Amino acid sequence: MLAIAAIILVAAAAGTGCKKAKSDPFPASGAVAGWEKTGDTRVFAAKDLWQYIDGDAEQYLSAGVVSTSTSDYKYQGSLEATVDVYTMKDAVGASKILGKGQTKEAQTVQLGDAGLAYAQSVTFRKGPALVRITAYESTPNSQQALLALAHGVEAKL
Amino acid sequence: MKNRREFLKEAAAGAVLIGAECKLGLAATPLAKSKVVVARDPALHDANGQLDEKRVLALLDRAIAAYTGHDKPVEAWKRIVPVGKVIGLKVNGLGGKGISTHAALVMAICERLQQAGVKPGEIIVWDRGARDLQACGLTINTDPSRIRVYGNDVAGYEEQGEAFASAVNVKLAKILTRECAMVLNLPILKDHQMAGVTFSMKNMYGVVQKPFELHANNCNPSVADLNCIPAIREKVRFTIGDAMSSVYDGGPGFRPERLWQPNALIVGEDRVALDHIAWQMIERKRAEVGMGTLEAVGRPPRYIVTAADKTHNLGTNDPQRIHLLEV
Repeated sequence: MLAIAAIILVAAAAGTGCKKAKSDPFPASGAVAGWEKTGDTRVFAAKDLWQYIDGDAEQYLSAGVVSTSTSDYKYQGSLEATVDVYTMKDAVGASKILGKGQTKEAQTVQLGDAGLAYAQSVTFRKGPALVRITAYESTPNSQQALLALAHGVEAKL
Repeated sequence: MKNRREFLKEAAAGAVLIGAECKLGLAATPLAKSKVVVARDPALHDANGQLDEKRVLALLDRAIAAYTGHDKPVEAWKRIVPVGKVIGLKVNGLGGKGISTHAALVMAICERLQQAGVKPGEIIVWDRGARDLQACGLTINTDPSRIRVYGNDVAGYEEQGEAFASAVNVKLAKILTRECAMVLNLPILKDHQMAGVTFSMKNMYGVVQKPFELHANNCNPSVADLNCIPAIREKVRFTIGDAMSSVYDGGPGFRPERLWQPNALIVGEDRVALDHIAWQMIERKRAEVGMGTLEAVGRPPRYIVTAADKTHNLGTNDPQRIHLLEV
């Protein structure tokens, strides 16, 4: 009976298009001070990216996205954030997306090959990876906290 | 800005029918304009950008009063929805937690629906899947004795595809086709990387199994074609659009650096007129921050024009035929 249940569960997971990562590239809870990883890492192949970001997916597809991983985090029990890691075919694709998202308010930061920070988000690229970390509210220390998490992600890429 | 007495008078003169069994009976206005109400509350968000949820119900009441001409909310809602039938509330949680239809608006509508005689089990709040609904701040519930909150991932899609022009083999959500007698459309106003703007009509991408197949050519004519499919055209009759928060660029995902708070609800029946007004709001904000028009950046929402043409006839995008009431 247990074996049948396990098979059903595996089959159901396979049908969603979203799979759990084989090796989680995200910092574990506590690996970056104050940050807790609050959700499983979800991975989307390029053909399934619309399930995660329908309407946004095409710009990543045209830039050569291969897969996308995402996970939720929480800082000091309150500030919620999402980390998205887009693995592109090459660094050119990652650069294309980073440049497209830049506005005049962006602060350039030392992260990976290039990085941009705002009050509530940090985006950087490293090789073929494009990482976006977004917080859902702005607090006096949100940018600093996001940058710390970004460095934690960068170290695992 | 008109005073309350003036806008209620205008509302009564301009309101049109909603629902087969509950016509307001005021459709035959001389000018036959499509009414769109934009209700605003500048104090809806505090200085830190936090929504004051307690103010949402009052804003909703003001919007509905302006639209229907009925000052008493419960009486107004009785004119909008049929009693004894299942009412769907189609939200939009695609953009994630920061830019999804606010739960406070959903709860306010549910409160008024129940006061108007709709039983909790006759209300279904739905979107594509559990994550979208949770992004709105909603909790999944399938207990039929309470307000139901679940997605197409639970209820599934029709096996048989529907079609209208370019929208071929579109498999619709069973929640729409089998469960709801009427749908209240609750989109959230956003810029959209492909369509230009996503609001009333574009929210229907969440009722089909494979929305990505409808993205070609900036979603034109797919958005218009999709809205012509009978189940959508006939059941989705009234929009209470969430423009309390919005993104004016970089959508449909959450881009906090492009977030803005129009502090508004946009209400009406004419989905084309609603989208035209919503588009103009996005354009005004883009101009205010020095950004190019959607035309200039290569994604004008041409589907709005298409939806108004003789083939689709979904409503009007002619400003002369839109009665915009700002309260």
